[in-house]
Amino acid sequence: MSDVVLDLDHVVKRFGDNEVLSGVSLSLHRHEVVCLIGASGSGKSTLLRCANLLESIDAGTITLFGQSLNDERIDPDLVRRHIGMVFQSFNLFPHLSVLENILLGPVRALKRDRDEVREEALALLERIGLRDRAHEFPDRLSGGQQQRVAIVRSLAMRPALLLLDEVTSALDPTLVGEVLDLLRDLARNGTTMLIATHEMNFARDVARQVAYLDHGVLIEQGTPEQIFTNPQHESTRTFLERVR
Amino acid sequence: MSLGTDEGSTTPNLFAPRHRRILVGRRGLAASTISSVVLLGALVALFFFAPGSATVRYYYFNGHNMWQSFVGHPQTGLLSVGRGFVTNIWMCLLCEVLILFFGLGVAWVRVSRSAVLVPFRVLATAYTDIFRGVPLLLVVFLVGFGLPALGLGVLSSQSPDVYGCVALTLTYSAYVAEVFRAGIYSVPNGQILAARSLGLTHGTIMRRVTLPQAVRTVIPPLLNDFISLQKDTALVSVLGAIEAARAAQIYESTVFNGSGLVVASLLFLAITIPLTRFTDRLLDRDRRRRLASLS
Repeated sequence: MSDVVLDLDHVVKRFGDNEVLSGVSLSLHRHEVVCLIGASGSGKSTLLRCANLLESIDAGTITLFGQSLNDERIDPDLVRRHIGMVFQSFNLFPHLSVLENILLGPVRALKRDRDEVREEALALLERIGLRDRAHEFPDRLSGGQQQRVAIVRSLAMRPALLLLDEVTSALDPTLVGEVLDLLRDLARNGTTMLIATHEMNFARDVARQVAYLDHGVLIEQGTPEQIFTNPQHESTRTFLERVR
Repeated sequence: MSLGTDEGSTTPNLFAPRHRRILVGRRGLAASTISSVVLLGALVALFFFAPGSATVRYYYFNGHNMWQSFVGHPQTGLLSVGRGFVTNIWMCLLCEVLILFFGLGVAWVRVSRSAVLVPFRVLATAYTDIFRGVPLLLVVFLVGFGLPALGLGVLSSQSPDVYGCVALTLTYSAYVAEVFRAGIYSVPNGQILAARSLGLTHGTIMRRVTLPQAVRTVIPPLLNDFISLQKDTALVSVLGAIEAARAAQIYESTVFNGSGLVVASLLFLAITIPLTRFTDRLLDRDRRRRLASLS
């Protein structure tokens, strides 16, 4: 198996007349963290959703483990079992306890043994310091705690890669740190991640590659040093100045 | 006009004008008491001083006849309104179970995206359109007199009670299906996205994520439909099923006193008022929870 987990090749996505992604190409290698930066509406979220087949694409190819997802015979449910996704608005299931939230995927989608998954889930909760909250409902938790549970929920599926869609944007500023710390932890352990973010310092710390998107076009891509200290394009420079 | 707050030189007056003072502060209670007494008094006076008041009071509110119609009198062929009401209750309970089951099934088919279910989806849509459009009374007639006339063996030789239940179930399932469907669509899209990205199949998402949340939101409207179902069991009387309203009618035409009708009404109220209050409480709780989650 080659080292490339996910590969996007000239991906185009339109909503009606509005072209949201205009031929974006991007590769994600194993144990690599790639951060997508860009203004709201630049296509970051759409790109992540396309990678997860939550949105169909209009042209180009998306390849996962060397298999083209454009193929008719691809089962989207099987694809999504290997890709974790975390959303800006957490989207924990409000009618299930924290533990049940984590168990749902492995038990119902992967048909794994409930008790076995339960042990793993509790161990994961232990790691994020929320084991004692396992039986509470999500609305009893702070935003930061909910988002960390959502991350653990994706990890419990043992995905090959994790897509994170502005996971700190809906959080109170005081709670952003705990979520970013968890992601830093994951990055250190070699988790493969594609992260859409507005947190530039975080991107600079954890990313192997940073990609700047503007109106659906991937303007430039490079190491954090290249992008943050010496951007080649005028629009990248303008964007970075504005968010600074 | 300057950009900014008003820097006027006069201090605004915050006191209510004299004629509105009765409505503000602690005097609001006095105002509400007075208005209640006046309204209630007017209604009672209207009833007692109407030209036909004595006749109406005797015909509909006679204590002796009310009691007689309630307990019935088998020897003289007078049927008990109370006994009849038991029929209303079991009909309503039996129908409700069937309706929830059937309504959910129809809703499920209508929101499904499976290609195999396309013809069923068309059928389900036609079904809800038709049975929400035809008055219940007509459905009762058509089922109650139509099915027996078909001469289809077991299907055509049931009691009026059974045909009544069939008609109620057919009509109410159409309404309840729409309530369930609205509930399903009220579940936020983010929930579905999260469930899909866990690789759960469509059916599993429906069972484990969508429905549990949808059912919770539709409990108050379902209770509303249950209340009106309870009342509409009286329509089955047109088929000759002996339930409370029918028993009261028989009493009326035998003894020439309509107090049984009032008894039947009171029996219905005894069930529907607590249910209505309960539904309102649930709705209130939901509203408060929604407000709390917004803040």
